Amino acid sequence: MSMLAAEGVSVAQNVGFGVIAAGMVFAALCVVTTSNVVHAALWLVLVLAGVAAQYILAAAEFVAVSQVLVYVGAVMVLFLFGIMLTRAQIGRERGLNNTTWALGIPVAVVLLGLLAWVIIDAFDDETLPDRGPAPTEAIADGVLSPYLVPFLAISFILLAAAVGAIVLARKD
Amino acid sequence: MLTVNFLLLGAVLFCIGVYGVIARRNAVMVLMSVELILNAVNLNLVAFALMHGAADGQIFALYVIAVAAAEVGVGLAMVLLVYRNRRSIALDELSEMKG
Repeated sequence: MSMLAAEGVSVAQNVGFGVIAAGMVFAALCVVTTSNVVHAALWLVLVLAGVAAQYILAAAEFVAVSQVLVYVGAVMVLFLFGIMLTRAQIGRERGLNNTTWALGIPVAVVLLGLLAWVIIDAFDDETLPDRGPAPTEAIADGVLSPYLVPFLAISFILLAAAVGAIVLARKD
Repeated sequence: MLTVNFLLLGAVLFCIGVYGVIARRNAVMVLMSVELILNAVNLNLVAFALMHGAADGQIFALYVIAVAAAEVGVGLAMVLLVYRNRRSIALDELSEMKG
């Protein structure tokens, strides 16, 4: 496998990808290891913004904008509210991990080894074509014709989730 | 760009998320790890969309984003309810239904 020298690989694109990916992996590791819940949420912002940047590198600008609006905008605010409403003190905290937390390391490592082996075996030197940004029109056409039924299902899910969240969280 | 780059990044994020779900005791932290897993899946979907030159993968990614937003809303409401009833959101203390 040749990461940089393959045919049709733009070095600048790959370097940008690598830098963002390294930041994302570091931030993701911080999310699962930090002992401060608020810091974990802020590291998660970095991961989600990195994912949005990778979407732009993958020529999926509409998904990138949605990612920023929904995740970095809405979901993170929800998380911070959740942290504030369920915790008395802000700061380092003990007992964030299970007693059997070390079990997670071999599970994650074995899973990663398996996934990496399968992925490298299947897509060894395949390059992504240089297509330029996908037209948002194509997404709209897809959502409103072949994927219309899942789209309606999503709207029902969102309605049910909004009503359910209000019913669960209200005080009376 | 190599396809493997995106897929491997997705795999790494997925495994970190799995570790977080196993290791964390705080319910909000577990929800954050689930978000990591969902984002790893979305990265794969967008990479496949680019690979095949079709918008379908991006549409799936958008649907996953919508479902993830709904999941976080309901999940945090449940965590809030648990906290209100028990003054704690440690998942290993919720063992009444163990049988």
